[in-house]
Amino acid sequence: MSLKIIFSGFGGQGVLMMGYVLAFAGMNEDKHVTFLPSYGAEVRGGTANCTVVVSDEEIASPIASSPEFVVAMNYPSMIKYQNMVKPGGTMFLNSDLISEDPARDDINVVKAPVNTLAHEMKADRSLNMVMLGVVAVKTDMVSEDALMSAIEKVLQGKKKSLIEMNQNALKAGMKFAADNN
Amino acid sequence: MKKVFSRPKSLKDVPFHYCPGCGHSVIHRLVCEVIDELGIQDKTIGVPPAGCAVLAYNYFDVDMCEAPHGRAAAVATGIKRMLPDRVVFTYQGDGDIAAIGTAETIHAANRGERVTCIFVNNAVYGMTGGQMAPTTIPGQVTTTSPGGRIPLRDGNPLDLSAMLALAAGSVFIERTTVINPKGVNRTKKAIKKAFQTQIEDKGFSLVEVLSPCPTNWKMSPAESVNWVEETMSKIFPIQVIKDVA
Amino acid sequence: MSAKTLMRGTHVLGEAAIRSGCRAYFGYPITPQNELPEYMASSFAKMDDAVFVQAESELASINMVIGASATGARVMTSSSSPGISLKQEGISYLAAMELPAVIVNMMRGGPGLGNIAPAQGDYFQATKGGGHGDYRLIVLAPAYGQEIADMTRQAFDLADKYRTPVMILGDGMMGQMMEPVVFPDPLDVSKFPVKDWALTGAKGRPSRIIRSLWLDPPKEEELNWRLVRKYEAISQEITDQEIYLCDDAEIVVVAYGTAARIAKGAVHRVRSQGIKAGLFRPKTLWPFPGEVLASMSKNLEHIVVFEMSTGQMVEDVRLYVEGRCPVSFYGRPGGVVSTPEEIAGVLSGVGSGLIKKSA
Repeated sequence: MSLKIIFSGFGGQGVLMMGYVLAFAGMNEDKHVTFLPSYGAEVRGGTANCTVVVSDEEIASPIASSPEFVVAMNYPSMIKYQNMVKPGGTMFLNSDLISEDPARDDINVVKAPVNTLAHEMKADRSLNMVMLGVVAVKTDMVSEDALMSAIEKVLQGKKKSLIEMNQNALKAGMKFAADNN
Repeated sequence: MKKVFSRPKSLKDVPFHYCPGCGHSVIHRLVCEVIDELGIQDKTIGVPPAGCAVLAYNYFDVDMCEAPHGRAAAVATGIKRMLPDRVVFTYQGDGDIAAIGTAETIHAANRGERVTCIFVNNAVYGMTGGQMAPTTIPGQVTTTSPGGRIPLRDGNPLDLSAMLALAAGSVFIERTTVINPKGVNRTKKAIKKAFQTQIEDKGFSLVEVLSPCPTNWKMSPAESVNWVEETMSKIFPIQVIKDVA
Repeated sequence: MSAKTLMRGTHVLGEAAIRSGCRAYFGYPITPQNELPEYMASSFAKMDDAVFVQAESELASINMVIGASATGARVMTSSSSPGISLKQEGISYLAAMELPAVIVNMMRGGPGLGNIAPAQGDYFQATKGGGHGDYRLIVLAPAYGQEIADMTRQAFDLADKYRTPVMILGDGMMGQMMEPVVFPDPLDVSKFPVKDWALTGAKGRPSRIIRSLWLDPPKEEELNWRLVRKYEAISQEITDQEIYLCDDAEIVVVAYGTAARIAKGAVHRVRSQGIKAGLFRPKTLWPFPGEVLASMSKNLEHIVVFEMSTGQMVEDVRLYVEGRCPVSFYGRPGGVVSTPEEIAGVLSGVGSGLIKKSA
């Protein structure tokens, strides 16, 4: 198994943290992982993206030219990455900010209103973990346990309430995905 | 008989290679006298330049680290930051400190590096054979300003010491000469104060010494002394430029 | 050993340097390696025996390295391609003065200002001298996060052992990518052997001089031959490479750093198509593991050199292979990162003579 996923959105949506938590969880399951953030001038325009590879074998390239999965947290990201998704792959859309569908008929589309779901939990900023929960159910890249403990590790030193909020957001995303199969 | 004059302990017992009438040997000696008087020979580290004083480590009997041309202030920064309780000085000519090393020197001063620069200004590139220096004065003939320095063509003499005085991290800057006994005494006093400023951890210090170069000025030693007094020191006045130590 | 953690390459390098006893860092900002000086600044701020200076230029920073190294400290500077060009003067002096130092180059696209994407255009500069005069740098080329940690430790040890500057040659990808890494335990700086050449003030001993100027030509010649003897010893003692699936290989890709990872992915792909391919990855670029490659090449049908440049290491490969088998080159300069599929396509084309010199 070797799966590549691109997380994309604008600054402040926690796009890098989504990728980091996923990679961290993969590492703790003793999988090979790489996490490649966008950098330099690319990040100055307010967009953010990162690529995560989770694999049972050594990872050749941390770049994904045709990833199995793409997460688009806003409309420009969907436009930018929709043509890269591997045929048969899946695009995850933040349906609160994206009303259109991707111009592809050979990929799966999973829509999740992550702003709304996060807001309902009074955890607006945890929309990224809500989306990661959706991704976790639909991709099966890493286990729920690994993600829960990764959130704890990644936020080590932060307030306990913040860690729990993010873990709850993850669970909310997982529940949404399970309920909307 | 009472001995009234002898070689400073921190000056090696070897003959100088400098030209007759050159200021370097006197300035070397003054630095060594100060090192002896402050009792810091075993904790002083010097950084010589590229230029006529490139072989200064043959004379100073202290630890010495060569620097690429102009970079003495950066090398000194590296040494001093690692060994803050040692006394670190650079010994540089005008081309070294005020042309190729301008950036390193200004920023060392601006950071308030606790180092002391001995800046020997003879208004010419000496070792390379008498080319125009950043401190060459208008009208002065050099091998690369054959008809005399023309400011509109060649630029004006750069008063680096005055520039360094603007930097908040510099605390003591004085310009002196070694063309007469009074100047020699004043130079020694200035060098001593500069070293003390460093030892007291106050900031960056520099002594600029106007120094004759009879060979490249194509003058006799006596004429050179007069030229410093009557011409060069009009552009570069002998004075304390900054003292907030 | 530390717990396994997920860190970006630049941070791995910084942490490994500190654990290797690095106590001085001098640098100047340039993308894509700014996270390294930032890591050093924040880490050193919590230590009372370490020095961080953001210099006014690359020239100043490499000369601060000279000064700090002269006092005997373990010292590092880092930059990316254009900044490394500026450091070359000081690197030549470090080599001549026989001062240990670790210099990191996270290569980016060039020449000129180029761009900030990962590239490998500085191979010649790193391995053939770079600055003026007869000297060599030890050049280590990591390809994995863990290797960045291991090679950083190795770089400091080699620098001290041979009294010579060592370069860690990565690229923007190696610097930015996060991978799992385990760090060795920190070294105890107070237990390092005393350097009997260091400048510390001539207390109870004769004064010392660290210099590179030898006006008398026979003296300068003596320095040059002494350096050569040192370089010969280094060549015999530290040359290193990864040899992957080469036992039965007919085609071998030679690549280093990021390019080698991509090539390894390509080797996997073409093996599944029945092409007997392998990978030869130099881990030391200087000294180049040419003897090992030369003896392998006798049994090969083809060598393909893949670089993220227009072809630099390929010259060393050809120098050692000496025509024992054909050597082709495939390059993507300018910050373009090939996919394993692309390189697999190149390898599949070898038999039909379809290999292209460039994209």
